[in-house]
Amino acid sequence: MRSGEAVALVGPSGCGKSTLLNLAAGLLDPWEGTVRNGFVRPTMMFQQPRLLPWKRTLDNIALGLKARGESVPRRHAAARQLAHAMGLSDEDLDKYPSALSGGMQSRAALARAFAVEPDLLLLDEAFSALDIGLKSELYGLLAHQRRARGCAVLMITHDLMEALRLADRILVMTGSPGHIVASHVIEEPTAGRSEDWVFAHTARFIRESGIRAAFGLPPC
Amino acid sequence: MRPAHPTRRSFRVAVERLGAAGGYLWSGWGSVASICLFLAAWDVAAGHLGELILPRPQDALVRLQGLLTEGQAWPEIAITARRALAGFALSVGIGSLLGLLAGLSVTASMTARPLVTLLVGMPPIAWLILALLWFGAGDGTPVFTVFIACFPIIFVGAMQGTRTLDGQLRELARMFRLPPWMRLTDVILPHVVSYLFPAWISALGMSWKIVVMAELLSTEDGIGAALAVSRSHLDTAASMAWIVALVSSLLAIEYLLLEPLKRHVESWREFASSRS
Repeated sequence: MRSGEAVALVGPSGCGKSTLLNLAAGLLDPWEGTVRNGFVRPTMMFQQPRLLPWKRTLDNIALGLKARGESVPRRHAAARQLAHAMGLSDEDLDKYPSALSGGMQSRAALARAFAVEPDLLLLDEAFSALDIGLKSELYGLLAHQRRARGCAVLMITHDLMEALRLADRILVMTGSPGHIVASHVIEEPTAGRSEDWVFAHTARFIRESGIRAAFGLPPC
Repeated sequence: MRPAHPTRRSFRVAVERLGAAGGYLWSGWGSVASICLFLAAWDVAAGHLGELILPRPQDALVRLQGLLTEGQAWPEIAITARRALAGFALSVGIGSLLGLLAGLSVTASMTARPLVTLLVGMPPIAWLILALLWFGAGDGTPVFTVFIACFPIIFVGAMQGTRTLDGQLRELARMFRLPPWMRLTDVILPHVVSYLFPAWISALGMSWKIVVMAELLSTEDGIGAALAVSRSHLDTAASMAWIVALVSSLLAIEYLLLEPLKRHVESWREFASSRS
């Protein structure tokens, strides 16, 4: 992966996508072989928001900054600014996570990930539980932050449309033991991809024989 | 979006705290009412049973007031409180620490479980006999008995607290590179406390009961010893007076100290549920 690149990892359940992501995150240690990771500050956004229920939203967003030893005013200011950019209000920041809606919790989780200024953001089906309106809003926020910071993204998704909308490169993984069977580079810049472009390319992508075989679909 | 205003935020937090404290005090009326009902039932029963079996509540209270104003009661209450709290503090310290450590390791918690069952099953009176042999008549016997009776309750609370900690939050802590002290204060302790506090409160109630039993059989002073004396004089009113003193001091500690403390530490639950 190059710095600033967005790579989507797609493949059937159980092919080892999550394992790969956890290896990249350093949450798992490999039994055999080595992981070469040149990124300095990887961070992850999980499938559930995983906010700490006993901390107010602002403190949740500032969690990584606190771990880094930033002073209270500095980390709160940084977290507040980022939260505003994500569409969270001061009132939301004062609440405990359980009082926030699912969409607001996801925004807070995304803000928490960006607060540590990562050079690699790992997304573990981070948007899969959201409705299409919220998804598209969060795609926009993600793309905006990525452009502003030049952070690389490695995402796992079941949603091919999501992959075609956000990624520069799509890797198709399959089988047990899992391996990468196809790599698909998308030339079109992410900012220029319209709804129609995404629909058309998803339809074309899903007809490719390599993709169909990877997901166990009959050839068409 | 309005700009952040720190004083406004702290004002809001202060209002929330005040509101919570006011709500807590107001909820006390319900408890007062049920205590009055209990006193009424006691009075009715006393009317039927006669003074020797069960004195009227007002007699017991007058007697207690007498003991307090004559200055007889305070030293005994202080001695009993000192012993109960010493034993309780020991088991809070040692039980919480060992329970936390045991919860961190699967092997340790599996090893600890049958031992804890054994400790819970052992009747306090058996410990008291052993303590009498080991420590003789003095502070050591009641303090040890309280400690050993409270220990398993607190140990189990702490151990379950650590064992039930969400693995997802542990991953989160690793991902965001929380240093060890932050893992403890920001992730582990807030969760464990919700298990520990109820354990501490039931252990405190236990310590008050155990200390009186230990004193009754092993010491010359304290509420337990005073109860033994009033029993030998067939002075039921004095016995009831001592029991009232005992129960009210326990209620005072629980509702004026532990409960507000618990509400403060767990305020996130309260606000979270009231606002959602």
